[in-house]
Amino acid sequence: MYAVNFLLLGAVMFSIGVFGVIARRNAVMVLMSIELILNAVNVNLIAFALMNGSAEGHVFALYVIAVAAAEVGVGLAMVLMIYRNRRSIALDELSALKG
Amino acid sequence: MTAATLSSGWFLENAWLIPLIPAIGFALIISLGKRMPQGGSEIGIASIAASFVISAGAAWQWIQRVNSVSGDGEHALGGVFGFARAILPAASEEGGKAAYVEPVIRSWTWWQSGGLEFGLGQHIDGLAVMLLLLVTFISLLVQVYSTEYVAGDRRYTHFFASLTLFSAGMLVMVLAENMIQLILGWEIMGLCSFMLIGHWWEEKANSTAALKAFFTVRVGDVGLLVGTAIIFFGANDWAVANGSNGFSIQAISGWAMSGEASQSVLFWGGVALFIASIGKSGQFPLHTWLPDAMAGPTPVSSLLHSSTMVVAGVFLVARLYPVFFVGFDILDTQFNLIAIIGGITIVIAAALAFVQDDIKKVLAYSTVSQLGYMMLGLGVGAWLPAVFHIFTHAFFKCALFLAAGSVSHSGSHHSFDMKKDMGGLWRKMPVTAGTWMISTAALCGIPFFSGFFSKDEIIDNAHNNGYDVFYYVGLAGAFMTAAYMTRATYLTFFGKARGAAAGEHHDEHATGHDAHDAHGHDAQDHGDHGHDAHGHDAQGHDAHGHDDHGHGAHAGPHESPWRITAPLVILAALAIGSGYLNAPAVGTEYFLKWVEPVGAEVELAASHGDDGDHGDEALGFGALAASEGYSEGCGYTDPAEGKVCYAPKVPHAVFTWGKAAPSIVLVFAGIAVSAWLSLGVFGDRRNPFRGLTTRFAPARWVHTLLVNKYYLDHLYERVIVRAVAHPIAAAAYWVNQHILDGIVNGVGTSGRRTGEWVYRNVDQRVVDGAVNASGFVASETGHALQPVQSGRVNQYGALLFGAATVGAIVLILVNI
Amino acid sequence: MNMETITNDTWILTVGTFLPLVGVLLMMFVPAGEERTHKQIGIVTSAATLAVGVWTLLRYDFAQSEKLQFFVDAEWITVIRSNYTIGLDGISLPLYFLSMVVTFLVMIYTWDNMPDAGNPKSFIMLMLVLQVGMAGSFIAQDLILFFVFFEVVLLPMYFMIGVWGGEQRQYASLKFFLYTMFGSALMLVAFLALFFQTGAESFSFAHLAEAGALIGRDVQIWIFAGMFIGFAVKVPMFPFHTWLPDAHTQAPTQGSVILAAILLKLGTYGFVRIAIPMLPQGAKAWAPVIGILAVIGIIYGALGCLAQTDMKRLIAFSSVAHMGFVMLGISTLTEFGINAALFGMVAHGLITGMLFFLAGSVKHRYHTLEIKRLSGLLIQMPRLGWILGFSAMASLGLPGLAGFWGEFPAILSAYNPNFGLDTTLYRTLMVIAALGTVLAAAYLLWLFQRTAFGRPNPEFTAHGTHPVGAGVNDDHHDHGADIHDVTPIEWIAWTPFLIAIVVFGVYPQLMFDVMDPAVTLLVERVGAGIP
Repeated sequence: MYAVNFLLLGAVMFSIGVFGVIARRNAVMVLMSIELILNAVNVNLIAFALMNGSAEGHVFALYVIAVAAAEVGVGLAMVLMIYRNRRSIALDELSALKG
Repeated sequence: MTAATLSSGWFLENAWLIPLIPAIGFALIISLGKRMPQGGSEIGIASIAASFVISAGAAWQWIQRVNSVSGDGEHALGGVFGFARAILPAASEEGGKAAYVEPVIRSWTWWQSGGLEFGLGQHIDGLAVMLLLLVTFISLLVQVYSTEYVAGDRRYTHFFASLTLFSAGMLVMVLAENMIQLILGWEIMGLCSFMLIGHWWEEKANSTAALKAFFTVRVGDVGLLVGTAIIFFGANDWAVANGSNGFSIQAISGWAMSGEASQSVLFWGGVALFIASIGKSGQFPLHTWLPDAMAGPTPVSSLLHSSTMVVAGVFLVARLYPVFFVGFDILDTQFNLIAIIGGITIVIAAALAFVQDDIKKVLAYSTVSQLGYMMLGLGVGAWLPAVFHIFTHAFFKCALFLAAGSVSHSGSHHSFDMKKDMGGLWRKMPVTAGTWMISTAALCGIPFFSGFFSKDEIIDNAHNNGYDVFYYVGLAGAFMTAAYMTRATYLTFFGKARGAAAGEHHDEHATGHDAHDAHGHDAQDHGDHGHDAHGHDAQGHDAHGHDDHGHGAHAGPHESPWRITAPLVILAALAIGSGYLNAPAVGTEYFLKWVEPVGAEVELAASHGDDGDHGDEALGFGALAASEGYSEGCGYTDPAEGKVCYAPKVPHAVFTWGKAAPSIVLVFAGIAVSAWLSLGVFGDRRNPFRGLTTRFAPARWVHTLLVNKYYLDHLYERVIVRAVAHPIAAAAYWVNQHILDGIVNGVGTSGRRTGEWVYRNVDQRVVDGAVNASGFVASETGHALQPVQSGRVNQYGALLFGAATVGAIVLILVNI
Repeated sequence: MNMETITNDTWILTVGTFLPLVGVLLMMFVPAGEERTHKQIGIVTSAATLAVGVWTLLRYDFAQSEKLQFFVDAEWITVIRSNYTIGLDGISLPLYFLSMVVTFLVMIYTWDNMPDAGNPKSFIMLMLVLQVGMAGSFIAQDLILFFVFFEVVLLPMYFMIGVWGGEQRQYASLKFFLYTMFGSALMLVAFLALFFQTGAESFSFAHLAEAGALIGRDVQIWIFAGMFIGFAVKVPMFPFHTWLPDAHTQAPTQGSVILAAILLKLGTYGFVRIAIPMLPQGAKAWAPVIGILAVIGIIYGALGCLAQTDMKRLIAFSSVAHMGFVMLGISTLTEFGINAALFGMVAHGLITGMLFFLAGSVKHRYHTLEIKRLSGLLIQMPRLGWILGFSAMASLGLPGLAGFWGEFPAILSAYNPNFGLDTTLYRTLMVIAALGTVLAAAYLLWLFQRTAFGRPNPEFTAHGTHPVGAGVNDDHHDHGADIHDVTPIEWIAWTPFLIAIVVFGVYPQLMFDVMDPAVTLLVERVGAGIP
C-alpha cells in the first residue's frame, strides 16, 4: 500500500546519497550525502514500523538521528581542522590514509 | 613363701631416680656450671652422692627383700649348704635363698609400634643393685679426686658435666628394664667416653684416641643392634603371650629358658650381642681402643676402666645370661665363643703389659686381661664369680689408676713414663705407694686380698665345669698378672729415681715426644703418649698454672694432697675388704645369696609367684654344694607348664685350699721371677737377661710383636680404616661423580645436543619454515592489495557500496 | 573399607595451608627497597601460619589418630573428577607441622642472614609460596591436588637455588629442576594410569586405595614403577640421588634447610601415603628392590661422605644415607619399619636441617666450607662447635636423640619383613645397614674431629701466629675479624631444633603415639590387598 511509496522515496534518497558520496569532491557535500543516506534508512525504518505496527522502528529511527547528529558534529569538526591545516577541503587531495 | 612376703620399699621402687639425678645434674652443670663457685663440680658431686644414697638404700632394701623370701621359708637348707659356715645368721640358719627373688620392675610407656607399647623403666635385682652401688660409689670418689686432679683445667666444667653424664649413662644401662634402654645407656657412655678421652682435643693424638674408642665400640655396636633385633623377634611372641614384649630383659630371660626358643636364634642372637661386648669390654680382637683411651685424663681412665664403660660388655652378658647359657650350651661344652675370646684376651693382653713403659698402659692392658677373666667366668658358667670379679676389680683397678694419676700429678711431673720419670718413689709418696701395693696384691690374687676371692673362683669353676683348657689359661693369666704388675711396681716405686722423679727439670713437650720415639713406639700410634696431657701445651700450663699446688715451681716428688689420697685410701681398704663379701675361704656367701638369681621355676602368670611348691628346686639348690652338674632344672630341662625360669641353675665349685694352691703358687712364682728379672734388667747389676732382646733373635721378634701390639692396630688403622676412608670412599665418590653423575650429565648433554639438532633441522627448517612461509604469503598478498588502499575517501565509499551491492545480490540470490 | 573421617574445624587446614599467600599478597604492594618490612611480613606470616598449626595440634583428636581429621571434600575440577579433598591423620600431621615450624625458623634466620644476592622481597615471597606447596602436599587427599602441590614446591626451590645459590647455581638448579620434573612426569603418567585402571571414578586417595588393590598384579607393578621413579628421585634414592649434593651445596642456607627438612620427605611420604596403600601387590613386588637400593644408598652415601672435602657436600651426602634408612624401613612393609621411617623423616628433617644451618653459619663466618681449612672451631666458636658436635651425634643415631628412633627400628624391622618377603635377603640388608651406622659414626666424627678439634687455622685468626691455646674461654670471640659465636638470631632459630631433637629422642612416644595407629591401619589395609 503506502509503504511502497515510502520505500521508493527511501531508495531514491539513498541513491542520491551514494552518488554524492562517490562523486563529490567537496568534503561538506560528502557529509551531507551521508546525511541523506542515513535519512533514507530512517524513512525505511519508519515505513516498516508502520507496516508492522510496532514501535521498534521508531526507536531505531530516533537512535539513528542521534547518531547522525553526533557524526555530523565530529565530521564537521574534522573538516574544519583539515581546512585550517590545508586551506582546502577537496577530498582527492587528501590521501594520507594511503596504505 | 608367698608374694606377700616379698618386701619392697621406697628406694627399690624409685631406683629409677638413680640415673635421673645425675642426668639432671649434667643439664645443670652445662647450663649453670660456669657460674658456680666450684665450676659445676659441686653439682656433679652432689648428684652422684644423692644417687649413691639412693643406691645404698636400694641395696639395703634388696637385702631385706631377699631375706624376706628366705626368712620364712620352710625349706631349711642349712644342712645341705654345708660349706656355708657363714657369719650371717640368715645364711647359715635359713640356708640362703632357695626361690627366685622377683626383681623390682617398673615400666612406663616410652614408645610404641604396631600397637605394642615399649617401656622405659627399671629392673632391679641383685646384679643391678650391686652395680648401682658400685658405680655411684666409684663415680663419687673419682669426682672428688678430679676436683684436685683437673683443677685449673680450661674445661673444668665440661669435664665434670661429661663425668656426670657418663655415670648417668652407666646407671641407665645397669637398671635397664629392656634392651632399648640398655642401648640408650650403652651409647650415652660411648658418647661420654668420646668427650672424656678427647678432653684435651687440641692435640690431634687425643682426639684421634677418642675417635678410635668411639669408633671401635661402634663397630661392636652393630652386633648390639642386630642381636637386639634377633632376640626381639625371637622372644616377642612368647613375651606378648605373657604380657610383656620382646625387648623386656625379664621376658627375654624367661623366653630363653622356656624351651620354646629356637637354639639357632639364641645362638646367633648371642653371637651378635657378644660382638657388642667384645667392642665395649675391650676383648680380643677389638681391645685396641682401650690402651689408646689413656689419652684421657687419669680420673677418666680410672672410671672407664674400673666400674663403668668396659664392664658394660660383661654386664650385658651377665644380664642376658640365659640367652648365652642356652644359646652356647655353656655347661655341655668344653669350648664356646665367650670362653675362647675371654681366654685369648687374658693371655694376649697380659703379654702386652710386659712391654709397656707407660704406667697407665700397663694398667690398661691389665684391665683388658681382667675383663678377659670376667668373660671367661661367664663363658664357663661361673656367673657369680665373674660378677664378683667385676665388683672387686672395680675397687683395686680404680685405686691403681688413681695411684698412677697421683704419681704423675705429684711425683713425676705429669709424666707417665715409668722408665724415664719414675723409680724410687715409695719414699716420697708413701700413701700412694702403699695403696698401689695393696691394690696390686689384690689384682695379682694374693690370698686374703679381694682379687683372690673372685679370680680364684673363676679359675676353680672353669675346672669344675669341665673347661680344662681354660683352667690352665686362667692359671697362666694369674702368673702373668703377678709378673707384669711386679715389673710395674718395681719400675715405679723402687730402684733408682729417674727423670722427673729425681726432680729433674725438662721441657715437657720434648720429653713427651722423646719418650714417644725413643722407645720404639710406633709413630703412627697417636694414642701412645708418654704424658698425660695435663699441661700438654705450654700456654695452657702457664695460663692456668699449677703453682697453687707447687708444680709450676717443680718442687720435686712429694705426696699428693688429701683430695687425691683420701679416695686412694678408701679404695685400697676396699681392695682388701670387698673380697670378704663372698669369700668361701672364710665362709662368707653374701653375693651368692643377694646377687645371684636363683635358677628356680616360678609361676608364669603371677609376677611374684612362689607358692611353696618348690621343694625340688630347693633341693636343686642344695646340690650346688655337691659341685656336680645338673641334669634337670632351669637351663637343662624345660620348665613345667605354666612355670618359667628367669635364670639358669649354675653349679658352684666348692672352695678348698688345695684347689686354690696351684694359682697361689703361680702368683708367688710370678712375683718372684718378675722381681728377680726386674732387679736384673732394670737394676744396676750386670745380668744375663739385660739386653736379651737385642742379642737373641726370637726374643727380639717376640718383643717387636708385642711392642707393635700384634700388628692389630696396623691392620685396623692402616688397612681397614685407610682402605675404607681413602680408596674405597674415593672410588665410590668417583663412581658417583663420573658414572652416575656422568650418566645424568650425559643425559643432559645429549638432551641438549638432541635439542640443538632438532632446533636446527626440525624447528628452524620445518616448523619455522612453515611459519615463515605463511608470513611470506601474507606479505605478498598485502603487497598485491596495496593499490586498493589509495587513501581516497571517495574510492573507499565506492568500494563499500559496491561490496554492499554485491552482498545484497548474493543475499537475494541465496534467498531465492 | 570406608575411610572414616572426622569433619570438625574444616577451615583449619585450608587456612593453615594458604595463609602464607596473604603475606605474599601484602608484599606485592611493598616496594622492594623496604627490606626490613619484607622480612617482618615474612616472619609475621609464617608465625601466623605456625599459630594455625599449633591450633591444629590442639584441635587434633589424638585418640583417633588413624582417621582423617579436619576433613573437607569440595568440588574442584569436576570435569576430571578431581576434588578438593584434604585431611590430616597421624601420618601427615608430624610432617605438616614440621613444615610450618621449619619455615618459621628459616624466616627468623633470614633476618640477618640474607644470601648475598639480596632482594629479600622475592626471596621471602618464594619461601612463602614454597610453604604453601609443602603444607598442601601433606594435607592433600586427592591425587591431582597432591600433584599440583607437589609441583608448586618445585618452582620456588628452583629460583632459590638458581638466584641465591653458590657459584655453580645455574647448573645445580637446572639439574634439580629437570631431574624432579622427569620424575614428576613419570609419576603423573602413573597417576593417570591408576585413575583409568581403577575405573576413572575419582582421584581421591580413599577411593584409589580401595580400588587400586583390585588391579591385576602385573599392572600394579608397572604403575608402581612409575610412581617409584617419581618418588625415588625426590627422596632421593640411589641411583637417582645425584641432583641432591649439587642442589644442597649450591642452595642458600635457607634453601638447604628446607630442602633437607621437608622437600625430601615429599618423596618418602608419597611412598607411604600413595604408592604402597594404592598398589599393595606392586609394593610387595618392588619392596626387595627398594630395600636393596636403600641399603646401597646407606653404604654408598656414607662412602661418599668419607670422600668429601666440603662440609656442606658431606652433609648433603649424609642425607642419601639417612634417607636410605627411611626407605629400608618402608620397604619392609611392617608397622615397625614404616613407623621408623616416619619418625626418621622428622628426625632427619630436624637434624640435617640443623647441620645445614651450621654449615651456613660457618660459611658466613669463614667464607669457606673446606674441611681442611677449618679446624679448631671449638676454640673460636665454642658454642657453635658444640652444637655441631651435638648435631653430629644426633645424626649418627645416638640413643636419647631423635636420630636413633628412625634408625634402630628400621634396622630392627628388616629382621622380619612383612607379607612373606624374603627373610634372608632382608636379614642380610639388616646387617649391612647396621654396618652403615658404623660408617655414619666414622664420617660424622671425622668431620667433627677435623673441623672442631685442634687449633684454629692461622689464616682465620686475627693475630696471625698468636697461639690461641692461651686463655681460651667460652666468651672469647675477638679472634678473627668476623668470626663470632652464635648470634641471638641464630639462637632463636636453632633452639627449637635442638630442643626437639632432645625431646623426641628422650620421649619418642610423643610422635609414635600419633603415627602408630595410622600406620597400623595402613599396614592392615595393605595386607588386605595382598592375597
